[in-house]
Amino acid sequence: MLKIKRVPTVVSNYQKDEAADEPVGCGRNCLGACCLNGARLPLYACKKLENPGTGEKIVIGCEAREPPVAFLESLVLGEWEDRFQRGLFRYDVTACETKVIPGKYGFVAQLNEGRHLKKRPTEFRVDKVLQSFDGNKFNFTKVGQEELLFQFEAGEDCEAQFFPCMPLDADNSPSVVAINVSPIEYGHVLLIPRVLDCLPQRIDHKSLLLALHMAAEAANPYFRLGYNSLGAFATINHLHFQAYYLAVPFPIEKAPSKKMITTVSGVKISELLSYPVRSLLFEGGSSMQDLSDTVSDACVCLQKNNIPFNILISDCGRQIFLMPQCYAEKQALGEVSPEVLETQVNPAVWEISGHMVLKRKEDYEGASEENAWRLLAEASLSEERFKEVNALIFEAIGCSNQEEELEGILVQQQHNPSGSLNRTHGGRITNGTASECLVLQ
Amino acid sequence: MSITQSSQSLFTATEDEKEGTFNARYSLWIREALDELPHSFTITDPFISGHPIVFASPGFLKMTGYSLQEVIGRNGRAFQGPKTNRRSIMEIREAIREERPVQVSLLNYRKSGSPFWMLFHMIPVFGDDDGRVIHFVAVQVPISGQKMRNGSGVRGDVSGLSELVFGSCRREVCLGSYVHQDRSLPVECDEQELENWEHCEASESEKLKSAEAVNSVLAVLTRYSEFAGRLVCGKRNCLRGADCLSSSLVISLGRIKQSFVLTNPCLPDMPIVYASDAFLTLTGYKRHEVLGQNCRFLSGVDTDSAVLYEMKECILKGQPCTVQILNYSNRKDKSTFWNLLHISPVRNASGKTAYFVGVQMEASCRDSESKDLRPETRQLSVVGAVRVAVRSSFMVTC
Repeated sequence: MLKIKRVPTVVSNYQKDEAADEPVGCGRNCLGACCLNGARLPLYACKKLENPGTGEKIVIGCEAREPPVAFLESLVLGEWEDRFQRGLFRYDVTACETKVIPGKYGFVAQLNEGRHLKKRPTEFRVDKVLQSFDGNKFNFTKVGQEELLFQFEAGEDCEAQFFPCMPLDADNSPSVVAINVSPIEYGHVLLIPRVLDCLPQRIDHKSLLLALHMAAEAANPYFRLGYNSLGAFATINHLHFQAYYLAVPFPIEKAPSKKMITTVSGVKISELLSYPVRSLLFEGGSSMQDLSDTVSDACVCLQKNNIPFNILISDCGRQIFLMPQCYAEKQALGEVSPEVLETQVNPAVWEISGHMVLKRKEDYEGASEENAWRLLAEASLSEERFKEVNALIFEAIGCSNQEEELEGILVQQQHNPSGSLNRTHGGRITNGTASECLVLQ
Repeated sequence: MSITQSSQSLFTATEDEKEGTFNARYSLWIREALDELPHSFTITDPFISGHPIVFASPGFLKMTGYSLQEVIGRNGRAFQGPKTNRRSIMEIREAIREERPVQVSLLNYRKSGSPFWMLFHMIPVFGDDDGRVIHFVAVQVPISGQKMRNGSGVRGDVSGLSELVFGSCRREVCLGSYVHQDRSLPVECDEQELENWEHCEASESEKLKSAEAVNSVLAVLTRYSEFAGRLVCGKRNCLRGADCLSSSLVISLGRIKQSFVLTNPCLPDMPIVYASDAFLTLTGYKRHEVLGQNCRFLSGVDTDSAVLYEMKECILKGQPCTVQILNYSNRKDKSTFWNLLHISPVRNASGKTAYFVGVQMEASCRDSESKDLRPETRQLSVVGAVRVAVRSSFMVTC
């Protein structure tokens, strides 16, 4: 069993030290059966997703004018500002100095000394991506209702609908948007699908689609959603996504990519070139559902194979980055360099995307593209392992058919300096070489 | 109970104002002079909400098949479509935000819906005296598409990764370093294929053409701006003044449709440095009448001085506050109105307070229908949107 010690991020004001006793009774206005009766929260039901590939010129977020602030954005920002002024956050994130590090990629560094408590670190198991929900540990049914902003669901109508005062009904299996009381940036929220169903932190098709809906509906390319699996720095084993606004491009969004394959449903899968963490980029698809399902299939595959990963949903849901990683495992095995460990930066989805929150002033002052690169590179799978993982993913999403067509044709490894054939495994050509096939005719 | 998109037409600058500012900057003959240029280009104004096109050349109209009226007032994004490369769109967006030139191949769509590749070359045009971006000039040069490449993003070492599409084959086939990129192979592609190309590299001569076109347009603008008395130029000659907002901040703020102002507490008498269109409509003033002024011009004889005092205290303490204050408009009827005003300090990326935002809400509008956001939420959403815009605008690497 592999474990690491870290101080968990406090995302709710009701999150307590694991060792503390659970209080008897309530009165905290939480989401448990004790307080749920009579609870009301606005409900936003987003419109049915349109198909991006139909050739229509007007696409989601692609309007004739610079699009005005969308309704959902107003709702998120307005409710967040309300909680901000009510003092529900542990600190004022806008008072934290932040800068874009000079360099090709523009990594974003923030000096945030208050985000991480100077507490005793807790032990986290990092060798199991799938773990059962444990009701005794902190989960989102224990947050105070004041931390909830609104309910969110995938609507059936062609227009979005808003109900300012809807009862929170367990029978409806509501999904909610809550504040993150230790925000990385202004507007940092948590999307908790079917909160009362107490799902563990693992990707399923319906939930990822809900997250995509939110990205599309916000209609702002600077509003991204992120996901950390267990073992990839998720703190809470209760299914949730994170989201916030940052009106600069993330370095990962700037990385060049090379197409590997297109699925039968039109989803294009590329690998990132020249980025410290080897990642896949999913885009396209004949519908957003196709894109979502393909990524979900890939995630389910990773979960089955116990490979920790992060997901970044970007560009209003048009681009999804999938980043498998191994930092926690390395840390548990003592293989991470001490300088990197000292920064106490855990490479979760935002860090890997290029947004680094630094605890120490010296790290902030000395932040450079090289340092950021070096830190993130520790999280990346090796080239060999990445190829293996890709092969697993392609098989899982049903791409092996396409690869088989290339069998029987001379395969030459393009990037191998010696120029010789280089297959890491015997057997099928399809094992991991699809990305670098050259076909001579 | 469905949401309707808030009607934009009420709060955008009038056609007169748009025409007026363009002509005022360059003199009345500018449109005639620009019309004489053979190139396809557009000029956009980041200081008008929506960052719309304020001029389109006859060459542009011919290339896209639109009429002038169909183009003026629209954002450049209107000519993109579902197959336009997202990375290229991001590059353009970032170049605008950072107020620098960009040259990128782009798939655009004509009025008929047919796609075409062109080299998009855009430059900012700066005011010589104040260093701020006055307009963006965008030139479009059609690309013949002899060379194509896979991959996108930061232009790096993509050597050896050229691809060719054979006939109607949808799968790209790699030929590696065996095919030189300079060799132009006749590729018969129908329009469907155009959309499927990952990328379309412009030739050196096409790039030269775009640079020539950009220089021609800039030369005309420079000359005519001189006639009008306020020179523009292609390079920023002085640092933008403290009272001038970057064009990217103005574009972000232009997305907010409610009435609000930004004031700068670091300048003497805390002047207004930004006023939304809705604010001008609400108060009946023109933009040039309010910029640089302290908000007190909205107060009058019957305005409660205790409320003013309360506001002043909150500003000094750097705290948000909401007050109900009697304001005097400059509308035709010179009417007064009750303003539910919310003020809050706004920090920039350094973490220090850079502005105060004031969001006005006419008290009679408070009884809005229940299907909408609560007025308080709507008011706070303006504050939130301003916070995001201000914090990020200062993170631009220049």
